[in-house]
Amino acid sequence: MKKKLFQSTMVFSLALLLSGCDLALFDSSGVTGKKIGDTLLLTMGLMLIVVIPTILMSIWIPYKYHASKKDDSYDPEWEHSSKIEFFAWGVPVVIIVILATITYFTSYSLDPRKELVSDKKPITIQVVAMDWKWLFLFPEEKIAVVNEVAFPVDTPVEFLVTSQSTMNSFFIPKLGGQIYAMAGMENRMNIMGNEIGEYRGISANYSGFGFAGMRFKAKVTSEEDFEKWKEGVKASGQVLTDAEYDRLIEKTRDHKVEYFSSINPLQFKNIIESFTGAQNGSN
Amino acid sequence: MVQTDLIKDPHVLTGKLHWGVIPFHDPVVAPVMVAAILGGLLLVAFVTYKKLWGYLWDEWFTSVDHKKIGIMYCIVALVMLVRGFSDAILMRTHQALATSDSFGEGFLPPEHYDQIFTAHGVIMIFFVATPLMVGIMNVIMPLQIGARDVAFPFLNSLSFYLFLVGALLINISLFVGEFAATGWLAYTPLSGIEYSPGVGVDYWIWALQISGIGTTLTAVNFVATILKMRAPGMTMMKMPVFTWTTFCANIIALVIFPILTVAIAQLTLDRYLDFNFFTNDDGGNQMMWVNLIWAWGHPEVYFLVLPAFGMISEVTATFSRKKLFGYVSLVWATIAITILSFLVWLHHFFTMGSGASVNAFFGIMTMIIGIPTGVKLYNWIFTMYKGRVELTASMWWVIAMLVTFTVGGMTGVMLSIPANDFVLHNSMFVPAHFHNVIIGGAVYGYFAGFTYWFPKATGVKLNETLGKWSVALWFFGYFFAWFPLYYTGFDGMTRRLQYIDNPEWQASMYISLIGVALIAAGIAAQVGNIVLSLYKRNDPQYKDVTGDPWDAHTLEWYTTSPPQFYNFGDVPYINDRDPLLDMKQKGTAYKRPEKYERIHMPKNTWAGPVLGMLTLPMGFGFVWHIWWMVLVSVAAIFVCWIKLNFERDKDYYVEVPEVEEIEGKFLKSNEGRSFYFEKNAKFYKKWKPSDQK
Repeated sequence: MKKKLFQSTMVFSLALLLSGCDLALFDSSGVTGKKIGDTLLLTMGLMLIVVIPTILMSIWIPYKYHASKKDDSYDPEWEHSSKIEFFAWGVPVVIIVILATITYFTSYSLDPRKELVSDKKPITIQVVAMDWKWLFLFPEEKIAVVNEVAFPVDTPVEFLVTSQSTMNSFFIPKLGGQIYAMAGMENRMNIMGNEIGEYRGISANYSGFGFAGMRFKAKVTSEEDFEKWKEGVKASGQVLTDAEYDRLIEKTRDHKVEYFSSINPLQFKNIIESFTGAQNGSN
Repeated sequence: MVQTDLIKDPHVLTGKLHWGVIPFHDPVVAPVMVAAILGGLLLVAFVTYKKLWGYLWDEWFTSVDHKKIGIMYCIVALVMLVRGFSDAILMRTHQALATSDSFGEGFLPPEHYDQIFTAHGVIMIFFVATPLMVGIMNVIMPLQIGARDVAFPFLNSLSFYLFLVGALLINISLFVGEFAATGWLAYTPLSGIEYSPGVGVDYWIWALQISGIGTTLTAVNFVATILKMRAPGMTMMKMPVFTWTTFCANIIALVIFPILTVAIAQLTLDRYLDFNFFTNDDGGNQMMWVNLIWAWGHPEVYFLVLPAFGMISEVTATFSRKKLFGYVSLVWATIAITILSFLVWLHHFFTMGSGASVNAFFGIMTMIIGIPTGVKLYNWIFTMYKGRVELTASMWWVIAMLVTFTVGGMTGVMLSIPANDFVLHNSMFVPAHFHNVIIGGAVYGYFAGFTYWFPKATGVKLNETLGKWSVALWFFGYFFAWFPLYYTGFDGMTRRLQYIDNPEWQASMYISLIGVALIAAGIAAQVGNIVLSLYKRNDPQYKDVTGDPWDAHTLEWYTTSPPQFYNFGDVPYINDRDPLLDMKQKGTAYKRPEKYERIHMPKNTWAGPVLGMLTLPMGFGFVWHIWWMVLVSVAAIFVCWIKLNFERDKDYYVEVPEVEEIEGKFLKSNEGRSFYFEKNAKFYKKWKPSDQK
């Protein structure tokens, strides 16, 4: 009985937490993130429909058929019932069919590669995971920033992600999904923030001793603030030369924010090709 | 735990070794090292003083008896549990102290903390869960099918020593050099020589390579045993469910461990000979490593959990005083899980960018495993239905498992949906989930089995009160330790953080620490229980006189506790899925057979410990680039192997008079019960266990 009480308390408090909470994944400020948060709650709810009765049964049945009971419900030879077997297979099959359908459709609709629909022109930001910092390249504006990124609200952003060293995962929990950053490869993720604010950006794949400090600020701004932010970056006057890039390759922990007012427009391509050799075709 | 990337040119005699690699000045490791050395010396002194070396060598170290090997596996597993759990305490304490709004303080630098979470994962999976399970399988499975030993007794001994060498290498790495700081699966390119130049990953490689080969050999052994050595009359569909799950688990091991062996061999070539299988450049492919390691790693989870399902089945049926509900369903569910387990590995990296179609396939395959698993849960619940459930300590483990594992199943299905995984991947939700299923599913199952079969292995019953205390402490400890981490996972906290800059998570970290303290108390209760029960082994409350203390259904209980070295004086013909119950119902149990036959038995051999332990200097030499040590060990292994192959004196017969004498005592101790079963045979249907005395 103690366990039962404990369990219902746990389930109840979980439901309470989730209903009024401001947890990053359920209170997303991004378009995809909101839908993912809803899927998460929907699938958890569906599972709870079978999980709660199962837990209650696994406590109630041994209680009901405890050895101290003197009624004549005891039937030691009873070992098969087609009816119960039908439900034992049927209930999981039904719930999994429902969940599989959800899985199928959300795998496509919430795929981070899928381009987001908007009236506004998407912007492209190139992301390089380094030991242990994030380098953001804006190819159109020809600017670069370390450990900080900004983009305007309600505008689709296409992140092209690669790595200069080990495997990392590029992730802004409050805005949506994540994608691996791997050397010599270009991964793609689309995000659209629809609330102005400053969000935590992290690496979500362990990459060595400086991993915990591999964080960046993701700023979702108004159009004007975004222009101002870019002006600020350009005002830094620092050029991302090869020598500067080599300095960034050095292992550093808790790296400070750095602005670069000018970059080689082919920098991102060059980083990938430094591992793969020259690639033909589009990159 | 010292950085060792400084030595560029290994010395001819000492390789990369030098005094600087021993952590004399580390405030955490140095006291542990001193304690371990003193403890070891005390143990050696005690054994020498009591003149026990000869006994240990003859009766234990060289033994090919599956029961003794099984017990040795369990002892090593429990020792390693203490080591792995110490890592857990360090991690939870550190994260609680390292959570603040700027830079957390904590007490472990990342170079140390990152080794701890790596070592914790490796130890708990390879050197606690696996050996505890293999140990129980070793003791029980041959008894359940009425075999005299496993199919290849010497191989069994060798497997144990290969596993032991792996465990020793990991413990040596604590005091000499460092362990890997890469995460337990050593993702490339981080584990490559470029990003991990120290010996840590090499320790990882050789510990896993050597013990992994041991596991492959065990799998060969058990599959052959189950296929070829069952008692007469025991068809596949009359095998006990634990034997079925052991069979399927070892089929899995047989398929996947070679993948691990090859993948590690490739990484070895990368690190030692500048190959480029998994490097960033020169055509290496890091994604291939991730695929290979999970093609091994995911089925590995089912390898661990299936035998636990078998143990749960046996315990539930016995203590519900009923036959197992839906045996055929359970067997087919086990087979289904075995096959499906090979088709889900990609769900560990939906976020690698495989694309929607691939992700959808693996997501759906993963949740399909939920179906046979759900069937099993219902079958256990309906085994208790219409039963007379006796809530012994092992049944407490079963109920703790049913409740905890169901929650873990739920979070597993949530993770299997790729869309969800894009935000949950590598968050604290993931470790919370897999601890939920590995502790709640596999470990609770092992503890149920451990408590249930302890009297069979040792002849001593465990203390029920202490047993129930340890269940309660583990159960509540688990929820305290991991529910806060599910919560922070939902808030975007990623795993493996050496410091945490979000003060909102601090409360969760402290609640989790309380949980760890509760589990620590649970483990202390278990260790205390074993010590106390063995100390009081002659007390009537603890001693198992009949060999069948739980009035059980299966064949392993139809012999003395602990069983004779030859297991059964006379292997009965099997007519039923519950052979012992069948004999009790027919009143034929504990009757003297018409005649005994002489028994063919394997002799103990020096070869297991010698051949096995020689891989220790080999592995150590490889780790430190001491090539002469590698060459000498390999040559010695070869010579011993040749010598072993020329030995002819490997077996003997137990003659009939000796069997008659031993079996006579056993039947005499069960005279009363034999009479009872005979007399009450036809009333057995409504027979209540409490009437027996």
